[in-house]
Amino acid sequence: MKLYCLSGHPTLPCNVLKFKSTTIMLDCGLDMTSTLNFLPLPLVQSPRLSNLPGWSLKDGNAFLDKTELIDLSTVDVILISNYHCMMALPYITEHTGFSGTVYATEPTVQIGRLLMEELVNFIERVPKAQSASLWKNKDIQRLLPSPLKDAVEVSTWRRCYTMQEVNSALSKIQLVGYSQKIELFGAVQVTPLSSGYALGSSNWIIQSHYEKVSYVSGSSLLTTHPQPMDQASLKNSDVLILTGLTQIPTANPDGMVGEFCSNLALTVRNGGNVLVPCYPSGVIYDLLECLYQYIDSAGLSNIPFYFISPVANSSLEFSQIFAEWLCHNKQTKVYLPEPPFPHAELIQTNKLKHYPSLHGDFSSDFRQPCVVFTGHPSLRFGDVVHFMELWGKSSLNTVIFTEPDFSYLEALAPYQPLAMKCIYCPIDTRLNFIQVSKLLKEVQPLHVVCPEQYTQPPPAQSHRMDLMIDCQPPAMSYRRAEVLALPFKRRYEKIEIMPELADALVPMEIKPGISLATVSAVLHTKDNKHVLQPPPRPAQPTGGKKRKRASEDIPDCKVLKPLLSGSIPVEQFVQTLEKHGFSDIKVEDTAKGHIVLLQEAETLIQIEEDSTHIICDNDEMLRVRLRDLVLKFLQKF
Amino acid sequence: MRVAGARTRTHTPNWPTRCPGISSLTMDPECSQLLPALCAVLADPRQPMADDTCLEKLLDWFKTITEAGSSLLLLQGNPCLVELLCHMLKPQDLSSRVLAFSLRLTGVLAAQEDCFQYLQQGELLPKLFGEAGPLGGAAWTSPTVRSGWIQGLRSLAQHPSALHFLADCGAVDTIFSLQEDSSLFVASAAGQLLVHILGLSMPGPAGGPPSLQAGDWPACAQKIVGHIEESLRATATPQITQALNVLTTTFGHCHDPWTQVLWVRLSPLVAGLLEKDPVPAAHSLVDLLLSVARSPGLSSSSCGLWETLAQTLSHLSPTQAGPLALGILKLQDCPQALRAQAFAVLLQPLACVLKATAQDPGPSGVLDGIVGDSMTADMLLPSKAACVGLLCRTLAHLELLLPLPQRPCPWPQAPLLGAAVTLLQLCGGSARPTSDAGRHLCALLLGCVRVQRAALDFLGTLSEGTGPRELVTQVFAVLLEYLRSPDSSPTVLKKAFQATFRWLLSSPKTPGCWDLDPHALLFLRDLLPVLQKRLCSPCWEVRDSGLEFLTQMTRHWGGQAGFRHALLASEVPKLTEQLLRDPESYVRASAVTAMGQLSSQGLCVPPAGPEHPGGQQKSLLAELLHILSTDSEGFPRRAVMQVFTQWLRDSHADVAGDTEQFVAGVLQVASQDLDWEVRAQGLELALVFLEQTLGQPRSHCPCAVTPAVAAPVGPLAQALQPLCRVRLFEFAFRALFDCDRPVAQKSCDLLLFLRAKTASSGSLQESRSSPHVASVEAALQRWQAGDQAQPLGDLEPEVVLAVLRSLDLEGLQGALAESSDHVEKSPQSLLQDMLATVGVLGGNEADCY
Repeated sequence: MKLYCLSGHPTLPCNVLKFKSTTIMLDCGLDMTSTLNFLPLPLVQSPRLSNLPGWSLKDGNAFLDKTELIDLSTVDVILISNYHCMMALPYITEHTGFSGTVYATEPTVQIGRLLMEELVNFIERVPKAQSASLWKNKDIQRLLPSPLKDAVEVSTWRRCYTMQEVNSALSKIQLVGYSQKIELFGAVQVTPLSSGYALGSSNWIIQSHYEKVSYVSGSSLLTTHPQPMDQASLKNSDVLILTGLTQIPTANPDGMVGEFCSNLALTVRNGGNVLVPCYPSGVIYDLLECLYQYIDSAGLSNIPFYFISPVANSSLEFSQIFAEWLCHNKQTKVYLPEPPFPHAELIQTNKLKHYPSLHGDFSSDFRQPCVVFTGHPSLRFGDVVHFMELWGKSSLNTVIFTEPDFSYLEALAPYQPLAMKCIYCPIDTRLNFIQVSKLLKEVQPLHVVCPEQYTQPPPAQSHRMDLMIDCQPPAMSYRRAEVLALPFKRRYEKIEIMPELADALVPMEIKPGISLATVSAVLHTKDNKHVLQPPPRPAQPTGGKKRKRASEDIPDCKVLKPLLSGSIPVEQFVQTLEKHGFSDIKVEDTAKGHIVLLQEAETLIQIEEDSTHIICDNDEMLRVRLRDLVLKFLQKF
Repeated sequence: MRVAGARTRTHTPNWPTRCPGISSLTMDPECSQLLPALCAVLADPRQPMADDTCLEKLLDWFKTITEAGSSLLLLQGNPCLVELLCHMLKPQDLSSRVLAFSLRLTGVLAAQEDCFQYLQQGELLPKLFGEAGPLGGAAWTSPTVRSGWIQGLRSLAQHPSALHFLADCGAVDTIFSLQEDSSLFVASAAGQLLVHILGLSMPGPAGGPPSLQAGDWPACAQKIVGHIEESLRATATPQITQALNVLTTTFGHCHDPWTQVLWVRLSPLVAGLLEKDPVPAAHSLVDLLLSVARSPGLSSSSCGLWETLAQTLSHLSPTQAGPLALGILKLQDCPQALRAQAFAVLLQPLACVLKATAQDPGPSGVLDGIVGDSMTADMLLPSKAACVGLLCRTLAHLELLLPLPQRPCPWPQAPLLGAAVTLLQLCGGSARPTSDAGRHLCALLLGCVRVQRAALDFLGTLSEGTGPRELVTQVFAVLLEYLRSPDSSPTVLKKAFQATFRWLLSSPKTPGCWDLDPHALLFLRDLLPVLQKRLCSPCWEVRDSGLEFLTQMTRHWGGQAGFRHALLASEVPKLTEQLLRDPESYVRASAVTAMGQLSSQGLCVPPAGPEHPGGQQKSLLAELLHILSTDSEGFPRRAVMQVFTQWLRDSHADVAGDTEQFVAGVLQVASQDLDWEVRAQGLELALVFLEQTLGQPRSHCPCAVTPAVAAPVGPLAQALQPLCRVRLFEFAFRALFDCDRPVAQKSCDLLLFLRAKTASSGSLQESRSSPHVASVEAALQRWQAGDQAQPLGDLEPEVVLAVLRSLDLEGLQGALAESSDHVEKSPQSLLQDMLATVGVLGGNEADCY
């Protein structure tokens, strides 16, 4: 069993698990941090950006950062754990020869589609007149300023996919529900479990009859909107692959939400505007819910909230219809009937307005001071670029970063000098290390596998021993482009026996509760299922050709030796040997059993759990004698 | 305190009223008449007492009577009492409460020796307290009876005859066994009774020093001391604990010479306990040693007490030794070496923290060397709970010690500051320990609210001393870190605000100027943005503590240029103004107080800008009046009244313009308020106005003023005119009959004060007979009866004075001083109530037939 690690980003994992002849890809996250190397794509030509010294507009969207460790066409299935971890899907399923199936829950697919749609829309609506790719040439790259010159494998950076590719990729997805058991080629069974992080987010269990691998990716124990995490089903795993922990382990989401609200109110009360760069789904639902409770008390009821995204409307609507994927108290609202999320009321009362883009209705409704939620959190494309240009000059305004995926300082770099206030309130509800250590204690996997980042404290806080996974045995770590042999051997395989064959068995009890029977059968293997079938009846020997075939498959023609069972108690065996005249007996303990040494006779008896050997030099008489003594201790049938 | 809105009549002052005695000291005839019936009821098992609080009250009453007079006469005058006690001896199904009551009553009565003899003659005492009594019966299973038995004996044991009685009836052995009673109350009472008996049997201070020889001690004392010795030798911890507790109480209560002899005799056994591992009953042992050390009867040096204390300090675990160390340090006279040892024990956990984080223990070196090589930070690390508990206790102990005059000297201010700062950094995650122990400690303490709170409290207390500049800088840095951190819980934030204020207060002053020093001003520049953000917090507790902090700061530095400049440059005043409309009433109240304070100091910025185009922004006065008349919660309205009173006192600019109109308006609104505290505060404001009008500074207690110290300026009538114009008298008279007693009391005081002021000035004509006066008096009668609808109309000063004189204000004051249940508290009503309760029960029974 092997794990191919294709991504070095712990929260955007992409691993391939080879398990019982199946090749399973676990997630395909897209690391977009490389976009920070490019200039923002403004909606309107920005003289400031285009005149920056030493910079020129380049083809601003190169993402894929993946090594060719494995032939993607050999991947049988892809399991998606949440919508953030499927953003690279078109790169994997399109133009690679991939012919497998992708499994994901319905909200994951729908919201994932929205995220991709938004991304494609953001990029495509500002087509560039020119594109540059010569710089990727290693000789030229070397001459570029840092960090570009240090970027690895820039040749693999790709352009953003198209909507067509997205649609094609999404068409390969098969929808699944929590706890649904999906058979893969009869060899393994995969099951999604609720992970509590986002709408439809899942952890996966991959199991055969005798082995169980759990894949935990992006889970949360906080009570936000999604269904709570299913921990119990993760018990008794042989291996637990742990990814997608919180990116900001030192920031407590509750404190950050409070910080977010305080700063928002402070800015708006002073007549400033608030810009929140965010994804169109996920934490934004929780933020809107907090604001719903807070705005009245903070005297902000007449401040407009704008949500601008090509998919804003769909996102707000979708969240309301996935009742079965929500936490219990949101589910119960549906039966009242009330919308599960309070943003419906914000929309009704005109406090929250949503627009597909800056153009059109928004420009006529726009009123300041206001709060704007819009993408993209990298500040490199999307409507946020416009607001940064618009509001950046005034110190009354504030940009509040809530998404932890990008370094906010790097994101802000092209906008400097900046007068507006910047607040960093990363809200990451995924598991922190304290929660992980509790989870591991409860679930008790035999082995834990995780990205190497989790096995040591963060470099900037090397004294924080609490910011790493602490478990016994120590977790196995992986890094990008590594192949890991998972530390367990498959020892058993399940074989079914046909009823008529079972009927013919004559079990013999050899000790209380254990019976044995011999069976002669044909092992039939198809689709990774093994069945013992009755042997075909010996055909009448009608000719030479037939006879030959008959002799091949009739094992019962041979004289059957009796089968032996039981174990040899060494002390009694030695006493018996002494009784029979052997002296100078020495017993040695070995790793697997014992060795009885008859020094005079220069003979060695090796007794192990499943075999006994008598080694003596050409003294057949002695060997037979010893054999008979051994046999006395065993049962025959 | 009454909830606003529930305006019920809790008190009807009888005006003029008589002042009945609370309870008569001798039994009055009415009670004597009721007593036989009550005794009969008590003796009747078919008529159970529903409520045993009346039995307690009854017993209290008997105690009062016997303390004032002769019990013997009481018994002889009321034979039903003896009958009741005799009745207890008959085998029957009596309620355990009545039985316990009877035992306790017997004890109370037999406390006087003649009465004791009287009861002895009838063999009543041995029958009640001996084997023949409840002791041997089924009733003994009830803890109430066992407790009654002990308490009876406790009351009874007051004279030598009682001692003989106890010895004769073998009560002491029973008390020994009751020390292990399953009921904690019984067990503890048994221990206390033993102490009492021991004290009674030993010779008093006049008896001369008793002999060390056991044979010379009274038999009873010998028995008890023998029992204690035996218990101290026992292996079972509960037994040792009992013995130690008895000794602790003994040394705590009795300081006669014999206690020293007792200690000399028992101290080897006590010291023997230290040889066991672990030391049994460590807490009780600590209590005992401290009790002995504090006892003035013992000359500690001669009894080897200091050695024992030193030995104990070194034997106990850090958690157990902490309280002992604190106790030793609080002792007035104690050898310096022992104090040093105790202080070292107390400081040990903090020294470990400093050591684990590899810090310099400080130039004073007091914490240096406390932690030897063998004793490392490991003592802190076994578990989170142990570590947190030990640190919190240590901090609390040191906090207690700091303000005491006998605190150790030199006080290691700098290392302690360093330790507090380090602890806060460890909890906040900003510490960067390099050692393994430090990292482990960091993991244990991270985010621990308990330690954060304790350390912030301690840090605040440390502000009373000074520290090296760089440490003080660190203090401010860590405080700012806590105030900034989004993870600080509301309670931690509150404490951080408090500590910050204390440190700002203690920051060095520029000579001749009360302004903050330059460093503090720099800090303030960082602090104000944090405060701004906290005032916008979604958590109301945080907004509230932020406002309280602002009020405190403004009160202290509101007049100082540096502070004013920084504050006015920030958004804080504007945000505070917005919080007047906060949805949470506590926050509104704090905002009112803060705004009042800001306005007093001229720190309110008139709002201007795009939000309020055109029209003039409401003045703060109008805004506060609006809150006073419309806010649905009491707290903001109370706060407004306090601000107004302060403004009036300080002649605030908004008020000084037209004071009369201001007072009239406020009093009118306040008189309608449903919250009595608002009305009471209205009277406070009225008093300030009255003083200002009559031209005399206010003394602390108006009713204490000796009449007419100084004549008012100008003719009295003229002086009273403004009071009449603001309708102050109508407000005060209405308050006089207020359903809430504090309001009526305050009004009474105010009117008495006024009357005293006007009494000397005879310039005014008596106009008692005028028809106007009569109509006012009639109106007041109606008001007293509860009908306050009719207004008094415009009052002339002459009428007011006449009415004032005709009112029996002193009588009213007396009546109001009584608690509201004084009528119902008389013994007679108690007896009647008890009988009535049973009577009602009986009535029900009859109905059943």
